[in-house]
Parts: sequence; structure tokens; C-alpha cells
Amino acid sequence: MRCRKCAAGATVELRRHHTAFCNEHFLEFFERQVQRAVEHERMFTPDDRVLVAVSGGKDSLALWDVLRRLGYQTTGLYINLGIGEYSAESHRKSVAYAESRQAELILADIPETYGMGVEDFARATGRVSCSACGLSKRYLFNKVAREGGFTVVATGHNLDDEAAVLLGNLLHWQTEYLARQAPVLDSTHPGLVKKVKPFFRIAEREAAAYAIIRGIDYIVDECPNSVGARSLLYKEALNVLEQAAPGTKQSLYWGFLEHGRPLVQGRGDADLRACLHCGQPTTGDVCAFCRMTERAAERMRIRRAGVPTATTSTTSTASIS
Amino acid sequence: MKVLIRHQKREVQVQGARRVRDLLVELGINPESVLVIRGSALLTHDARVGDEDTVELRPVVSGGETA
Repeated sequence: MRCRKCAAGATVELRRHHTAFCNEHFLEFFERQVQRAVEHERMFTPDDRVLVAVSGGKDSLALWDVLRRLGYQTTGLYINLGIGEYSAESHRKSVAYAESRQAELILADIPETYGMGVEDFARATGRVSCSACGLSKRYLFNKVAREGGFTVVATGHNLDDEAAVLLGNLLHWQTEYLARQAPVLDSTHPGLVKKVKPFFRIAEREAAAYAIIRGIDYIVDECPNSVGARSLLYKEALNVLEQAAPGTKQSLYWGFLEHGRPLVQGRGDADLRACLHCGQPTTGDVCAFCRMTERAAERMRIRRAGVPTATTSTTSTASIS
Repeated sequence: MKVLIRHQKREVQVQGARRVRDLLVELGINPESVLVIRGSALLTHDARVGDEDTVELRPVVSGGETA
């Protein structure tokens, strides 16, 4: 197989595009795809300060890397979720990337700030771990971005992630979730920071290929809590379809953005107000994160037989520059 | 050849040269779900691998909460 641009030996085949590239021209293609997504969807400009959510995995580190190379003003945000050795390793990978590139990284530490990790939140409140984790991350992305004066939060969600979420939402006809699924979620409240997904055009294996070719040392092992996650089942099903019919995931998700989303847009929109406890935007009086952490703290206090447990709503941050 | 299957945390020995695509079929692995690496180089599915090679199958699928 030969590179479409230079006819050298190809290293990455893109079946959905009926093409293949050598390392050099794959990187060129990849960066152009991201640049196009950022510009076409009006995600941000070189004047924006972009907070990039990094987990130490391939997608987030690749995203941070490509945005830095494209000349955007970026700062990484790593959140310690308190998931044992997995969190320790993902922390090491994130810090190592930042230090080796002299990039600024903000560290937020859930166990240090809230007295327990996301698995404890889940156990105490009857949520599945991935739900408690997702809620915690979304909360902290917004909180750290607001406090740091960032204009936009960028996450490494890729085409496969979005197609799998879409499939799940379609299978259960979650129209409110469908309405909120987009590569750009604009700020609809002064306290809500815009969120963007610059990799929505990028397949998961392309992000992995980018990370490997660029020599990015990322955490390969998966979060132990993701074993059996429904999203993995949807991805497996989509990969079976993709193998038989290249372009299926792209067609599903991009087709939804063009044809499906306009039909459901606006559903589930609710007025936002400041949480009475922490001030972050919420649809009720107290936000879901405060309710979860307060309930978890109460459970822990009861378990410890009357020993009071203090909780704070501040985020511990430290910078590496 | 030695094949490291990262996501299954196992290593298998496979005899005889063949194309990457055929290797993946024999191992029952969907080519969409992995990248194939020899040394530090990525391999396309038509590349040939031989007895003397060590090949890593690196998973590309990550999961959990993605909303």
C-alpha cells in the first residue's frame, strides 16, 4: 500500500476515505482535519484561552499536542479521579507530557478536595462509576475554566465516541440527550463555559495512530471501571459494521448532525441558575454534583459512626510550567 | 513470530509469514479495533510479517462515560 501523496510505503490506511498515507502525510492530513473542525464549527480562535481536558490517554494527549502545534493558546487540566493505580498512571503520563513539552498543566484532585474518589461517590449514591465520574469531570471542567478565565473547554471525544453515544441515545430514544449531542456546546449562561470536541471528525484509530507517530507516551490500559460499559458494546457493534462497510460511523454521526439534530434541537433546554451551594450553573436549586458529594459525605460520616466529615467546594490546583 | 495482544494481556506465537490482515482474522480480532506495530512502525493490513518479527496489537477502543 502506498501513500496517496508521495507514493512512499503507507503506514496508516483510512478505509473510510479510500486512501492511505505515510507518517508525514498522515500527520499533515490529521492536523488539517482538526484545523478544519475548529474553524468550520467556530470552536475557538487563536485569541481564545483553551482549557484542554487531559486524562493521559491517547485522545486527550493527541488533542493537546495538535492544538499546540496549530498555534492555539492551550493549558491542560488533569483531574485525579482517585481510581487507584489507573489514576496514578494516568497522572504520570499527563505530567510527563506537560513537562517534556514545557506545557502548562493544571492539576485538580478529587480525593484531596472532597475526601473521596469517584468510585466512593458512585457507591454512596447508587450511581454507576462512569456516571459519577462523568458528572465530576464535567463539573470540574467548567469550574476550573471559570476560575482560570478560560473561554472554552476542549475534550478529546472522537468520532467513535460520538457515534457510540448517538447509537445508545437512538436505541433508547433519549431525545433530550440527542438534542445536546454536538461538537460545540455554546455557553447559555454566564457561568457556563463553552465546550468543544475538535476530534469529532477523527476516528479513534486515527487518534491512536497520531499519538504513536508523534511518540506520545499515553496510558494504553483502560479504566478498570469501563469493563462491561455499555459504550464499549456499542463501539464493538459499530466496528463490526465499519469493518464490513467503511464510513458507517462517519455517516451515522455526521448524518445526524446534518439531518437529525435540527429535528430535536431545543428539546430539554432549561433555564439555568446558580447552584445555591457552589454557584455553578444548574437547572435546580442545588446542582447534581453538590447533591452527589454531599450525600456521599453524609454516608461516610454515618459509616464512621458520628465522626464529622468536612467537605469543601474548592478545587485544589497546582501548575507545572 | 511473537504477537503481543495488549488488550487481552497475552502473547501468542504464530508460525509462518503472512499479511497483517490474515493474522488478525486468524486471531479473531477486528482490524478496526487495533493498530498493528512492528518496532516503532505502524503497519497497514497488507503488510507482511514473518517469523522473526515481534508484532504488537494495540487496542484503539477506549470506553466508559463519553457524553
